[in-house]
Amino acid sequence: MKVLTLNFLTCAVKACKTTNNSFPLHPKDAELVHDEIEINRDLLVNVLPRIDWTALRTTSTELGFPTLPEQPPTAEDLQQDEKMLKELHALLLETQMMEGKLVCGHCGHEYAVREGIANFLLPSHLV
Amino acid sequence: MLPTPDTSHVPYQRVYEPAEDSFLLLDTLSSATETAYLARRFGSSIVAPLILEVGPGSGVVIAFLTANARTIFGTSDILTLGVDVNGFACAATEKTVSRAVVTENNSSSTKRQDEERETGTFLAAVQGDLTSPLRPGTIDMLVFNPPYVPTAELPAAAFAPSSSSTQTTTFRQDSHLLELSYAGGKDGMETTDRLIAALPIILSKRGCAYILLCAQNRPEEVKERVRRWSGGGVGEVWKAETVGTSGKQAGWEKLQIIRIWRETNV
Ligand SMILES: [Zn+2]
Repeated sequence: MKVLTLNFLTCAVKACKTTNNSFPLHPKDAELVHDEIEINRDLLVNVLPRIDWTALRTTSTELGFPTLPEQPPTAEDLQQDEKMLKELHALLLETQMMEGKLVCGHCGHEYAVREGIANFLLPSHLV
Repeated sequence: MLPTPDTSHVPYQRVYEPAEDSFLLLDTLSSATETAYLARRFGSSIVAPLILEVGPGSGVVIAFLTANARTIFGTSDILTLGVDVNGFACAATEKTVSRAVVTENNSSSTKRQDEERETGTFLAAVQGDLTSPLRPGTIDMLVFNPPYVPTAELPAAAFAPSSSSTQTTTFRQDSHLLELSYAGGKDGMETTDRLIAALPIILSKRGCAYILLCAQNRPEEVKERVRRWSGGGVGEVWKAETVGTSGKQAGWEKLQIIRIWRETNV
């Protein structure tokens, strides 16, 4: 599961959907792997506008990556700032979460991640 | 004809094997009318679309969309994702997509060097119930080949903790996983109805959904029902049309694919 995925996932519990604390989910005991992928500037420029930057900053810090700037880079920034481009590429697309848990900040439910697959099936009492 | 992704590694005793319905989806999504529609909707966008397949099973459809992104969407800047209730299907999907992408990239590396990328970017296969793990309003295109066969009742829902991909399973557990992939309960629509009800929440403003139905699902009624949603938002019109069909049986189209989307007339 690529780290970018975490920007689109939320707690599966219905009552959590309307709260702000259920996003982003918080990685716990995360085991990461790094896959070398050819850098694709156009893709990153087009992905940037759909990223929730505040959530990504949280995810980045919690996974032990360098703190991202408070404001997202603009498309022009990404064209010029090679270092920022490389950092985002490495975090969003090259890094995969293979093992660990994703924890909801609202209800505290922990979703297991095993062999790169997060399990969002709920125990029957939470459905 | 675009190549069909290889699924020879998929354990068919517990993951739905690509069949007529899967191939109808491939044919429809790569047809001249649908590629023109998708390219118009997403091809020149500066925001990469997020494509979700619900219940990818073997992964053949989402692998096809990812590996042939530029041909189908007019851009390779797409993100793809799968959610399946079956953990083995998630593992199978990841493998099918990565193999299809590698195959495509190897075959196009023999072409001209400066040729544009063909393949999109696959994010993950996630185990879950329909769209429940996803943030509202994030999905730009959703594809669903549902459990559409009418059955007396739905199989018991899958709950956590459920079979992980490393566990061994019994014959009964395997049968249950396969049943979840085809048994649709009343009119074959119990699961599909839940998915359709979630569309206004999960789809982005520019979102669309492709859903496969069989004749017993009463596709005409399904489309009518969606059209009646119109008026929910200001100037919002919901549309539903049949965009692919296969095999007539006793005068009825046995299988068909409907496209559901909203248009905002401001
Ligand atoms: Zn929660």
